[in-house]
Amino acid sequence: MFSSVYSENPLLAHFRRLEEELDEIFGGATPWTGGIRSLPPGTFPAINVGATEDNVTVYLFAPGIDAKKLEISIQQNVLTVSGARELPRDDAATYYRQERFGGEFRRVLSLPDDVDPDRVEASYRDGIVQISVRRRESAKPRQIAIR
Amino acid sequence: MTSATKVTTQAASAGDGKQSLTNAAPTTGIRPSVDIFESADGITLQADMPGVAKEGLNLRVDGANLLVEGTIGIVPDQKMSALYADVRSTLYRRSFVLGNELEAGNIGADLKDGVLTVRIPKRPEHRPRKIEVRSS
Repeated sequence: MFSSVYSENPLLAHFRRLEEELDEIFGGATPWTGGIRSLPPGTFPAINVGATEDNVTVYLFAPGIDAKKLEISIQQNVLTVSGARELPRDDAATYYRQERFGGEFRRVLSLPDDVDPDRVEASYRDGIVQISVRRRESAKPRQIAIR
Repeated sequence: MTSATKVTTQAASAGDGKQSLTNAAPTTGIRPSVDIFESADGITLQADMPGVAKEGLNLRVDGANLLVEGTIGIVPDQKMSALYADVRSTLYRRSFVLGNELEAGNIGADLKDGVLTVRIPKRPEHRPRKIEVRSS
């Protein structure tokens, strides 16, 4: 009688399993989703990584943080970002939902091997931390002339 | 009752085919994480919407329905290809049903560093009153 309250909708459970299996098939082999340092989906902050010929850019979706307290370091191609997000709670109020992340976070990313750790730029805008790392010249695709 | 009360209205730029940070179909919105709490004079909603600037925010009250919508405004280099993406949409969308005791026409909103704060006041007659006990 109470089973419908406690057990998850079986259809949703099927979808979730399907999603996990698809991730396994398409994402399992990449260093991102299957990487030894990868974190479970939903970990704060969410991350997107994009690349061009000239640089690799990491976007951290970290709203409402104090960017000055963010620690970003890079050693060769391993980028580490750590910080904290303080969520002041109103003790007099009644909370209905507390879904937002609060506390310390740390993410470690292994970027492509050809990034230059001496040429990194970081900025913070509208809750997104953008870290851009230049790629080495030697790694760029070159046109080879036939003599 | 009355027609839609627009708190802030901006043309939704989600479907204009611009190259975006996430390369995803703009119709599948992300459900932003929220905190919701109530005090004596109203309800406060805080939503995490990283990447949304004031121009990309669409906050709307339609009858008893509060719609929170925002488009990520950071547009990366055209030549960029995604190596990895946790965030696969540029649109945040979530809606809430407001109670009748709330003043939907008097909502205040603030957006800072990707965090949206919405304050929905209670109608004065619904604010708690202390009931005096008369002693004889």
